[in-house]
Amino acid sequence: MSDIDWADLWSQVFNFTDYGELLVLLQNSIIAGAVLGIVGGLIGVFVMSRDMAFAVHGISELSFAGASAGLLFGVGVVEGSLVGSIVAALIIGFLGAKSRDRNSIIAVLMPFGLGLGILCLALYPGRSANKFGLLTGQIVAVDDPRLNSLIAISIVVVIGLLVVWRPLTFASVDADVASARGVPVRTLSIVFMLLLGLAVAVSVQVVGSLLVLSILVTPAAAALRVSSSPIVVPLLSMLFAVLSLVGGIMLALGGSVPISPYVTTISFAIYVVCRIIAASRARRGVSGRRLVALDA
Amino acid sequence: MKIFGAKSARAGLDKAPSPRNAPRHVVLRVRGGALQFGERRLWHDLDFDVRAGEFIAVLGANGSGKSSLLKVILGQQQLSAGTMAFEGSPVTRGNRRIGYIPQQKLADEGAPLRGRDLVALGVDGHRFGLPLPRAARRREVDVLLESVGASEFANVAVSTLSGGEQQRLRVGQALAGDPRLLLCDEPLLSLDLAHQRAVSELIDTHRRQRDLGVLFVTHDINPVLDMVDRVLYLAGGSFRIGTPDEVLRSEVLSELYGSPVDVIRTRGRVIVVGVPDAHHGHDGHVHHDGDHVPDAPGSGDGVRR
Repeated sequence: MSDIDWADLWSQVFNFTDYGELLVLLQNSIIAGAVLGIVGGLIGVFVMSRDMAFAVHGISELSFAGASAGLLFGVGVVEGSLVGSIVAALIIGFLGAKSRDRNSIIAVLMPFGLGLGILCLALYPGRSANKFGLLTGQIVAVDDPRLNSLIAISIVVVIGLLVVWRPLTFASVDADVASARGVPVRTLSIVFMLLLGLAVAVSVQVVGSLLVLSILVTPAAAALRVSSSPIVVPLLSMLFAVLSLVGGIMLALGGSVPISPYVTTISFAIYVVCRIIAASRARRGVSGRRLVALDA
Repeated sequence: MKIFGAKSARAGLDKAPSPRNAPRHVVLRVRGGALQFGERRLWHDLDFDVRAGEFIAVLGANGSGKSSLLKVILGQQQLSAGTMAFEGSPVTRGNRRIGYIPQQKLADEGAPLRGRDLVALGVDGHRFGLPLPRAARRREVDVLLESVGASEFANVAVSTLSGGEQQRLRVGQALAGDPRLLLCDEPLLSLDLAHQRAVSELIDTHRRQRDLGVLFVTHDINPVLDMVDRVLYLAGGSFRIGTPDEVLRSEVLSELYGSPVDVIRTRGRVIVVGVPDAHHGHDGHVHHDGDHVPDAPGSGDGVRR
């Protein structure tokens, strides 16, 4: 019989000794988490309305491949993952206008990217902890230059999204009419893929490529369960993403397991709560429909 | 050419400023229009005008180029030959004075979009930036919602609305920006009879009130038979235009299709039988056969439940 030391296990998962000192030490990670939450929550709304969840996963695997290659060739993890993300995003954007084409292209790209990444990692002579981090996330790795690049890319993504927000919404929910009204639907779709590529690249830095969906999809999906307002949904989505990331990092500080299980669990819990709220509203018949007096 | 036919009997409903029989100003003018994709010629030598306040149904088999005609008017497709002018100048992409109503599609659950947001996209969805709430914008959207009878579900998620409710919103969306011409591409498709009636009456009311030209692409003329002024029938690379009585006749359509076609009028409905297969060679029964629902125009009282 295996005898698990539960107390030891618990202290690996939750450990708050010297918490104050650790907090100071890892403030970069917390800032990174907050910034990433804003970016992920915001772009997640469009990921949902454009039905792009699978694309996010595909891009993140190529981002992983890029990051691994960056590590192996000494170019830098951030640079590598940016290149991988953007190449994947553009391939999906140009070849996958129709959702059926898109899904098959992603399904083809994804294992290839993952395989390429594993090859690069296998050849990399350095410490294996760095390797694992690319897939599942790491909190200790955010040094000042990395935090700066993360913030800079995030600012680009947020400003980009704010500029194209309205026509991108039109193109996402109502492409035919948007096109008839002169919205450059095709150009917007490529612009969006570029922004998505950047957002995925920064997310991979913190939560790892396997878990990017928990930041770019889950919070927005949860927000959509409880509201349909185009103002409330992005705000809630950002709030959920920031809560998941910052909360996850704070919980992960003392333990010796990676950050990702905490982040994904919080993000999943928020989603479940939102579903329960939606279900109870549906049972009570709350629809937002205004009741008008029947003047027959 | 006779423009306003027997349907001017409905003039009592007409709130348009100018008298119904006076020649109206031309909104859209097509001269010698032709559209060709490679070897396949959809139509050629197309000449017609759409005048303000005129309701024209565009009929024809699948693949006869009905929707492509709308694409040309929207500037998304170039004519192979001929000219097309909207309000006197060549058609351009994204003209705000042209409203567009597509067929009803199930809205995606993944989008944060309520009824009022769909209409608001028609107001300023093409502009860059954030849709910041402004009183003037809100008022404009409220007026549009009211005018299409959609205030009741203005704050409901579009994905939970019925097809008929969604199409009401689409009409409101298309009316934003005060268009002069309304292009409708099968707006009644997949709606039940009551909603077909409600949506087509809504379009009819607004074209009278606003003196709008309407081009209404449909595979079934019956829901709008008593509203249309003229019919543009595209078939066999050619076309006929005129009042329903002039165009929807066995000899006219037989000549157009180049093979015998019967037009049967029964209980106020028009049924076209024997339409040959379209250019693609499939789905030849495009017009009215297979539409067995006994609904005589004028009997559609139970529009709103």
